Amino acid sequence: SAGMFLRLLSDVRWRAANPKWRRTTCCRRSTSSTAEPQPVSLPAQAQVVICGGGIMGTSVAYHLSKMGWKDIVLLEQGRLAAGTTRFCAGIVSTARHVSIELKMANYSNKLYQQLEQETGVNTGYTKTGSISLAQTQDRLISLKRIASSLNVMGIPCEIITPKQVAQLHPLINIHDLVGAMYVPEDALVSSANVSLALATAASRNGVQIHERTSVSHVSVQKGRVAGVETDRGPIRCQYFVNCAGQWAYELGHSGEEPVNIPLHACEHFYLLTHPLKEPLASNLPTVVDPDGRIYIRNWQGGILSGGFEKNPKPLFTEGRNQLEIQNLQEDWDHFEPLLSALLRRMPDLEALQIMQLVNCPESFTPDMRCIMGESPTVRGYFVLAGMNSAGISYGGGAGKYLAEWMVNGYPSENVWPLDLKRFGTLQSSRTFLRHRVMEVMPLMCDLKVPRWDFQTGRQLRTSPLYDRLDAQGARWMEKHGFERVKYFVPPGKDLLDLDQSKTFYKPDWFDIVGSEVKCCKEAVCVIDMSSFTKFEISSTGDQALETLQYLFSNDLDVPVGHVVHTGMLNEKGGYENDCSIARLSKRSFFMISPTDQQVHCWAWLKNRLPDDSNLTMEDVTWKYTALNLIGPRAVDVLSELSYAPMTPEHFPSLFCKEMSVGYANGIRVMSITHTGEPGFVLYIPIEYALHVYNEVMNMGQKYGIRNAGYYALRSLRIEKFFAFWGQDLDAFTTPMECGREFQVKLDKGMQFVGQEALLEQKQNGVYKRFTMFILEDHDTDTDLWPWWGEPIFRNGRYVGKTTSSAYSYSLERHVCLGFVHHFDEKTGEELVVTTDFINQGEYEIDIAGQRFQAKAKLYPFSSLFAHRRRKDEVELSGYQRE
Amino acid sequence: FYLTPPQVNSILKANEYSFKVPEFDGKNVSSVLGFDSNQLPANAPIEDRRSAATCLQTRGMLLGVFDGHAGCACAQAVSERLFYYIAVSLLPHETLLEIENAVESGRALLPILQWHKHPNDYFSKEASKLYFNSLRTYWQELIDLNSGETTDVKEALINAFKRLDNDISLEAQVGDPNSFLNYLVLRVAFSGATACVAHVDGVDLHIANTGDSRAMLGVQEEDGSWSAVNLSYDHNAQNEHEVERVKMEHPKSEEKSLVKQDRLLGLLMPFRAFGDVKFKWSIELQKRVVESGPDQLNDNEYTKFIPPNYHTPPYLTAEPEVIHHRLRPQDKFLVLATDGLWETMHRQDVARIVGEYLTGVHHQQPIAVGGYKVTLGQMHGLLTERRARISSVFEDQNAATHLIRHAVGNNEFGTVDHERLSKMLSLPEELARMYRDDITIIVVQFNSHVIGACQNEK
Repeated sequence: SAGMFLRLLSDVRWRAANPKWRRTTCCRRSTSSTAEPQPVSLPAQAQVVICGGGIMGTSVAYHLSKMGWKDIVLLEQGRLAAGTTRFCAGIVSTARHVSIELKMANYSNKLYQQLEQETGVNTGYTKTGSISLAQTQDRLISLKRIASSLNVMGIPCEIITPKQVAQLHPLINIHDLVGAMYVPEDALVSSANVSLALATAASRNGVQIHERTSVSHVSVQKGRVAGVETDRGPIRCQYFVNCAGQWAYELGHSGEEPVNIPLHACEHFYLLTHPLKEPLASNLPTVVDPDGRIYIRNWQGGILSGGFEKNPKPLFTEGRNQLEIQNLQEDWDHFEPLLSALLRRMPDLEALQIMQLVNCPESFTPDMRCIMGESPTVRGYFVLAGMNSAGISYGGGAGKYLAEWMVNGYPSENVWPLDLKRFGTLQSSRTFLRHRVMEVMPLMCDLKVPRWDFQTGRQLRTSPLYDRLDAQGARWMEKHGFERVKYFVPPGKDLLDLDQSKTFYKPDWFDIVGSEVKCCKEAVCVIDMSSFTKFEISSTGDQALETLQYLFSNDLDVPVGHVVHTGMLNEKGGYENDCSIARLSKRSFFMISPTDQQVHCWAWLKNRLPDDSNLTMEDVTWKYTALNLIGPRAVDVLSELSYAPMTPEHFPSLFCKEMSVGYANGIRVMSITHTGEPGFVLYIPIEYALHVYNEVMNMGQKYGIRNAGYYALRSLRIEKFFAFWGQDLDAFTTPMECGREFQVKLDKGMQFVGQEALLEQKQNGVYKRFTMFILEDHDTDTDLWPWWGEPIFRNGRYVGKTTSSAYSYSLERHVCLGFVHHFDEKTGEELVVTTDFINQGEYEIDIAGQRFQAKAKLYPFSSLFAHRRRKDEVELSGYQRE
Repeated sequence: FYLTPPQVNSILKANEYSFKVPEFDGKNVSSVLGFDSNQLPANAPIEDRRSAATCLQTRGMLLGVFDGHAGCACAQAVSERLFYYIAVSLLPHETLLEIENAVESGRALLPILQWHKHPNDYFSKEASKLYFNSLRTYWQELIDLNSGETTDVKEALINAFKRLDNDISLEAQVGDPNSFLNYLVLRVAFSGATACVAHVDGVDLHIANTGDSRAMLGVQEEDGSWSAVNLSYDHNAQNEHEVERVKMEHPKSEEKSLVKQDRLLGLLMPFRAFGDVKFKWSIELQKRVVESGPDQLNDNEYTKFIPPNYHTPPYLTAEPEVIHHRLRPQDKFLVLATDGLWETMHRQDVARIVGEYLTGVHHQQPIAVGGYKVTLGQMHGLLTERRARISSVFEDQNAATHLIRHAVGNNEFGTVDHERLSKMLSLPEELARMYRDDITIIVVQFNSHVIGACQNEK
């Protein structure tokens, strides 16, 4: 396989120097049908056209054909596995932070292991294991967190001492190490050959593969893929899959209906050497030294070593083929810091002879997670790209999930963190992408601490109050491009520098948020929540009500002025969205959803609303500023400002009314707060935002009003056990599983999406339960803080993972939320989870390998907040979004 | 007593300023990429000034350095006012009318200049009204004169220089009822300033120079080396043509007294300057103004002193010499600097130091392993050495600062000697002036891509 690798490299040069090259070198492979002399004419029609013959395209083709779809054409502009895939370092590593990525990598590893047997193509698969080194205690914590995740998934993994490192690898200098993580089943492959093997299997299953065929654009009819135009003629098709790697962005923008695929290429360098005097064994573990920003694997008796430098070089910002990939230059000066790190880690390599410095561009995405799924604007247009230099690790799993998505309508796992629809057009600016990927690439090696905020590409969407809040000490985070306040730093108080504030322990804002929470509970706070997605749906007749009744699980046929919390469920009863809907009039509804639902929810509804010109849906997110008044004195502030009684008798909970506040008229006031505290949300037409804010702050002064941010909100909602979509809730979670049956009207007199699945669950019980855990023996000052993704143990056995956590200032304890499963002790089969099962367990939460006792609570938990007024019970039955 | 490197840096960087021409849509369409400027005082307070601005109603960018003498008042006034005079001289008739109408009817004025100023580059608030009225009179006259011809840049520069000097002179003669202003206009007129101004518009570069500051073009030869092209002539005793000119303008009887000890009338180093009415006004006028002026002026020996052999004034003019240069892709940068720099450094060294600074690492030939046998250790040694070389260049983020570092700290081998730098910067105020002059530098970097494209078009 290594020979193959080298030959491919030399081919490139040869080809570049010899433009007349056509078919004289076609003796390349005998195992692959794709090496047949071209051109075979293209079919006029196919069910699926895949663009891109790298690891992603071939993996999708392989899995689709395995699942029974045969009418597939795969097009590659050059030769198979000739782009980034060819240059890829070939490391299959399961040490991943995000659980879905970990699953993909684990599947890939298993797939590649048997691929040679299945296809007869030599994939070069060697199980070497990998060692991730820690030079600092913080890095070791980070590795321990990953180790916890790997262990509960059944992937062997160990935290080892520097001494053990030296035993595993003879060349490593261990003097500056504090520990390491060893994953014995990680592997090396020849990525080009893996890709060719997948292509071979796919082609045996009937997939047609055409090399040297470029897709110029995708044609769209009535919002659906109709076909592709290529330089060798058109192909009609129902599905198109964009696996064009770093060209995916451009390909997405080439059609009349643009598809935004936010990714950007950066140069990536690695070094190849001649063999050592005593050639390295081919099963020597791969070494990852994140603090040195490098990876080192054995290669042909020598080494292959690359890394992720602090000052990346983005390229192709202005479009494709400015320079051919093949002509990219080696840049030794740029590589110098990585070479220094390499020689520090393995000083004995000094005398080793250099073979080559390879420059291989990789594509990166705005949030360091890959991009998959269906376009929100063009049905049948699927994407799989933006691998952030982990393409070979993800290739198998990502291809499988995308194939499932196309065949079954949704993958077998929750892939929302990777869904194309988490992005909108706002992330498609080239300037934004260029700046952001320069931050993302170094992040590959940076410490992943909780509550990380990107620094680039900021201040894109802001509330009209931005400057006001900023001047009052606001510290900002970003969600879907929108700036939101985390907390307010009081005047005269300074927080740590950005770098110093990175911690796995108690953060420096602890007391600041504590006082904001206290104010929410005792007086009144204002939180700007303008980022939430807001739609208006209205019709001339009853169409709006009828459609919404079908698409949402709760009963929306409520009197005008009422607000309903409801899920937007899929066929399986899982949450596609979690929202509140206010009935503004008989025929119009105002819908509020989480910020990052803007694209997903719009596409979901658009695809399901009847094609009726009398029924309209409008995205009014930008039209309103939302101010949340939280706290017992919110009533007083608002009634003084509006000269209207706001007490529960006059303005009951879950109620919505247009009224005047200060001089401004037409403010939509809703008695909901998202936190369980009493209060209101004011939806203010943006031109009134500053006025209303000033009025509220002036009037509120005597009631002790202050600004608060999302961290306070988060603490409040988690201690009240409110789930939030995207964090706790996803497309695989039903209302029954999180104690929200009361938000479902199974008997509302008409069918709705997900009803059957919920009825079945109601009858047969649920297989996981949303549970609240209160940490018992956890010291907030000295112990590691929980984050999310921590394994939950019941009576010493793994039962699930946490989904969110926060410090509860009123309980003075940490609270984690998460799902408890019931795995059969012998077979591992999932069993029904009953209330007794939850209540009768002894629980522990694993934070980076250390277990803390926890008390489990199910909803309702009146004993906890017994002193709360009755009114809150209604509010509690609400839900939470962030 | 010894300054640490950070202390040295903070002194050198105190006045540094950088401006990058904003990119539009990811591209810079201007022939100027941006500029770096900096000043290092020797006098206290510094008598040099600098200005930079973008013309908003016509195309082009203006940059200038001004070296004051006998105080900083004149240099300050010229640095505030000259670019307005130039901009107005360049304006087409319709725009002048529009501006005049706006003033007349009290409407908002079209902005004429966008200034690029360091926080220390101040404008005097008190005189702004006075200055504005003089400027307005100027454009009113331009409107009346309407020649209907398009404005020639060279002519505009000459007119602006002369007109401003004239206004400075007039304002001092007329005086001002406000005693503060009255004193100010007199100080401006009795002190002096040289000016070296660049106007860049596309590939057209005009340098207007009055006095002994200097403009120099940095050119990169095909082999990558750097050479310097002078774009101005010093107006001082070393310039034969200039000596010739002065002699031509005065009777033969004065020939011997005109230039003495390389100075005009034995007193003034530059042969052209703004202000300096002592070399321009008649003796009667000087006496009248000084006597009617405020006491501070009257008590000042310098102002009362009449130059010897003063028979046929004026001896001094502010009229600039204008040089036009069409930029070529190999023209990489322009250095404008007061004589403080040129006294200590040869222009060839200036070209090399700035050139190597601006190209930085790119200038170093990239390393390619090719077929050679290189070990990781050898490569590492080579790279570390290259980096050390570069990092000495990149200590400065500003080309002008870098140049000052060399000007003040260079030893006999042409490399910066920290000890020397530290000594020169820690001289007490009264000594500083003996070892060095005020230094003011602007380094303008050109956009070779745009210049190349312009050339191809034409």
